[in-house]
Amino acid sequence: MTKEYKTIREIAGPLIFVEKTEPVGYNELVNINLPDGTTKRGQVLDTSHDIVVVQIFEGTGGLNKECGVRFTGETIKLPVSKDLLGRILSGSGEPLDGGPRIVPEDRLEITGAAINPYARLPPKDFIQTGISTIDGMNTLVRGQKLPIFSGSGLPHNEIALQIARQSKVRGSDEQFAVVFAAMGITNEEAQYFMRDFERTGALERAVVFLNLADDPAVERLITPRLALTAAEYLAYEHDMHVLVILTDITNYCEALRQMGAAREEVPGRRGYPGYMYTDLASLYERAGVVKGRKGSVTQFSILSMPGDDITHPIPDLSGYITEGQIVISRELHRKGIYPPVNVLPSLSRLMNSGIGATRTREDHKAVSDQLYAAYAEGKDLRGLVAIVGKDALSDRDKKFLEFADMFEDRFVRQGSDENRDIETTLSIGWELLAELPEAQLTRIDNKYIQKYHPAHKGKQE
Amino acid sequence: MKNKGEIYRISGPVVIISGLNTKMYDVVKVGKEGLMGEVIGIEGDKSTVQVYEETSGLKPGEPVENTGMSLSVELGPGLLESIYDGIQRPLPVLKDTMGDFIKRGVSANGLSREKEWDFVPTVNKGDKVKGGDIIGTVQETVNIQQRILVPPNISGTVDEIKSGKFKVDEVICTLGDGTELMMMQKWPVRKPRPVSKKLMPVTPLITGQRILDGLFPVAKGGTAAIPGPFGSGKTVTQQQLAKWSDTEIVVYIGCGERGNEMADVLYEFPEIKDPKTGRPLMERTVLIANTSNMPVAAREASVYTGITIAEYYRDMGYDVSLMADSTSRWAEAMREISSRLEEMPGEEGYPAYLAARLSEFYERAGKVKALCGKEGSITVIGAVSPPGGDFSEPVTQNTLRIVKVFWALDAKLAQRRHFPAINWLNSYSLYSKALGPWYDENVSPEWVKLRNDAMELLQKEAELQEIVQLVGSDALPEDQQLTLEIARMIREYFLQQNAYHEVDTFCPMDKQYKLLKAITAWGDRANNALESGALIEDIMKSKSKDDLAKVKFEKDFDSALSVITKTMEDEFAKLGGK
Ligand SMILES: Nc1ncnc2c1ncn2[C@@H]1O[C@H](COP(=O)(O)OP(=O)(O)OP(=O)(O)O)[C@@H](O)[C@H]1O
Ligand SMILES: [Mg+2]
Repeated sequence: MTKEYKTIREIAGPLIFVEKTEPVGYNELVNINLPDGTTKRGQVLDTSHDIVVVQIFEGTGGLNKECGVRFTGETIKLPVSKDLLGRILSGSGEPLDGGPRIVPEDRLEITGAAINPYARLPPKDFIQTGISTIDGMNTLVRGQKLPIFSGSGLPHNEIALQIARQSKVRGSDEQFAVVFAAMGITNEEAQYFMRDFERTGALERAVVFLNLADDPAVERLITPRLALTAAEYLAYEHDMHVLVILTDITNYCEALRQMGAAREEVPGRRGYPGYMYTDLASLYERAGVVKGRKGSVTQFSILSMPGDDITHPIPDLSGYITEGQIVISRELHRKGIYPPVNVLPSLSRLMNSGIGATRTREDHKAVSDQLYAAYAEGKDLRGLVAIVGKDALSDRDKKFLEFADMFEDRFVRQGSDENRDIETTLSIGWELLAELPEAQLTRIDNKYIQKYHPAHKGKQE
Repeated sequence: MKNKGEIYRISGPVVIISGLNTKMYDVVKVGKEGLMGEVIGIEGDKSTVQVYEETSGLKPGEPVENTGMSLSVELGPGLLESIYDGIQRPLPVLKDTMGDFIKRGVSANGLSREKEWDFVPTVNKGDKVKGGDIIGTVQETVNIQQRILVPPNISGTVDEIKSGKFKVDEVICTLGDGTELMMMQKWPVRKPRPVSKKLMPVTPLITGQRILDGLFPVAKGGTAAIPGPFGSGKTVTQQQLAKWSDTEIVVYIGCGERGNEMADVLYEFPEIKDPKTGRPLMERTVLIANTSNMPVAAREASVYTGITIAEYYRDMGYDVSLMADSTSRWAEAMREISSRLEEMPGEEGYPAYLAARLSEFYERAGKVKALCGKEGSITVIGAVSPPGGDFSEPVTQNTLRIVKVFWALDAKLAQRRHFPAINWLNSYSLYSKALGPWYDENVSPEWVKLRNDAMELLQKEAELQEIVQLVGSDALPEDQQLTLEIARMIREYFLQQNAYHEVDTFCPMDKQYKLLKAITAWGDRANNALESGALIEDIMKSKSKDDLAKVKFEKDFDSALSVITKTMEDEFAKLGGK
């Protein structure tokens, strides 16, 4: 049994300062025994001969200088086994579903070591989500990290669930295991997810970690790490393809900011810690495919942009790390379009390796590029029309203006249970492009126009 | 004080040690596992160390040992085709010793001690040699010969010189005073390697990217920065340069960026052939991958590791290009370490020495006469990742004060899939003039004018666009409508270049010239026709115009272009005009 210290010198926000200890390891797990017999957990943030700084995950409420502090001599670990599937755990990994404790096959460090870049396999297996704006224009591949950038009141949860339900790699029956980690979302939102998991039977192949809005903020710093550790375990030890949904990254970052402030660090942009990029990278980079291992970790996290501002440090730093982003638009939502994905600022950087003749279809890239260009042009013209009126437009421009409307109505809009395969998505794309003068399709090779353009298609044989 | 001390305090990657006699930048072994670290501050009997590996579990009181050496890289045969972390540990070796995930406490030599290389001497007994001189060669890859150099600070008379197969740490040459030389030498990364003299860059780095070669060229030995918000094309552009530029050696530093991007390079480069030599690109490449989730202190070091390797090949007389993606992550690593040191922060929390570090780094670029007498160069191309895409932040601003070429990426262009999303109005190259004579001689005496006219037209377009925003394009006079159309052709047919298109990914200088010339020719004819009374509607219907849109994708460009030229002549003959 390790020694118990009663030498707390100071308590400040989520931190305690302990003195006169034996040498204590950096990042070590700490147990704090409260006078009422309960225990809280913490982690060493700074250690020296004079003083040890500990952050308390469950918050410092109820702590006083009489509390006993035990340093466990080890870093935080998650007990793992295949029985994690189907379980609902708290944000710090305790069972919430009344089920038994996990009998561990192994106990894994939750910080997770970086994948050696040399051991990575570039992700390239096309995941069909059944959503046209994603499959057609921002294709997701297995092992990618592609977050949803959304805003308050937008239907990101619905979209995330639709993706979790519909996602599959074509030609394989393997289903994704889902690891779901809630960080600071409301109970109601959490229920929304849980109900859907139950309704569709997804819960049996899911691991759920719940840190809700009224749970301690500091705990949010470990919740995603527990989730990713579980995901890596299932992927790399049990050959599963795992889809990780972390929601909401913004709440995680707020907790990070709060910790930084408590430690009186020099803040970076808008008060967020200067190391937030590195910290977020330690989460997002835990997606991927490893050479010689069958499973994979794909991340589809949700991030709500404060003030719908994509340049806010949270979406900004995320965008610099993730392999693209799916941006949800308030404007489209107001128009009643579901899923309100704004394709223009959306991006999947791994799209090019996941599509093409052998993976989706040979014309996929060209169609996508052309849809982008045409929609961008049409949207610009909307701005112009607002000033000069529609009559001032040339015939060509009018076509593009109409294209933008049709694109939103037919390509973007779909039902929340509508699962379009990639062929359907591409043929909707072609039908829309066929409304433009053919000479305007400058992004598409002639051979594809001959083969797929509705005006030529039938005549080919 | 002594050679052994102990850990006093640990805070993330920063460890304070006491009781150890150190100099700045000494490499120390920290804790029971001997984690590698570097002294970055000394105060009283305490030294501050940045540790290149994960520090979890380290405890105050654990031992620390000073190696007495500065952070150095190993230079010699075997660098090419390697992939290293920020402190030159080969990633394949790390994978062999610790598995798929990077654990700690493993040291690994930068160069293999097992592999034997065929050393061919080029000096004889009795020859006088001095620092930087070539004493022999090794065929490092099929096309690249490594020239074995006398380390810069050594000179003497050759007493013995060997020939045959050797390992990098075996003696191949002995000097009169008993100094033994091996194929491998070490060099402290933070210290530039000496050269005989700096020269003016006068040759362009041909990149095969039209907007770069055409409008904003960088010289061999020059410096360029490519700032842009996330997803605007920094990495794709850097990789295009690494793939296609006519350089002899490429050092590619993935500094605090994505693991999958490095994996991509590792899978692609052995497959892609260098257009000049027909050999796999990997054979001319050294990769340094210290991704965003790898230790931040090693990220700080990665940039120095890379530039030192680049200098080594320059010293042999090679043209080297170095890409650093992203220098902002390097700056952030400095900021993170600095804030742990509780230093006075400068602008946006960056340390006050940010500007100095950036300029010291770019200063290591240049065209030079090496100590051996040959000419070599290092072209440095740094990506910058400004928060929120706002170029007024400290890293972008300090970089722009130093570099000579600015490729400004633009989120708006990227969003509409205009790639490369380099803004032609904000970007610049200060080399354009100096490179003029080279183009006259090697491309065409017309080239500089064609290019300047194109630039002018794009400027003009921007002005006209402002009017269009107010009144719509139909309200413009016809000649101006035509100007807009020609400018659009330059943007879409010439500037746009798809990095993923099998043909268009690389565009030789000659093709660039012919393409721009054809577009300009169409423009001139159209203007003439309009002046001679042709209807703008008819001009706009030109088939040759539409054909020009796709000619860049043709495998047989020349014959496709001559068909179009013919169509163009026929069309305008009908329309009238000269
Ligand atoms: N020349 C190009 N041709 C075709 N596509 C391009 C080109 N340049 C960029 N892209 C597209 O833009 C995407 C983003 O580019 P890239 O990854 O280079 O951005 P970045 O500026 O490096 O972003 P970050 O700062 O987040 O790393 C690519 O995945 C690709 O789809
Ligand atoms: Mg990049």
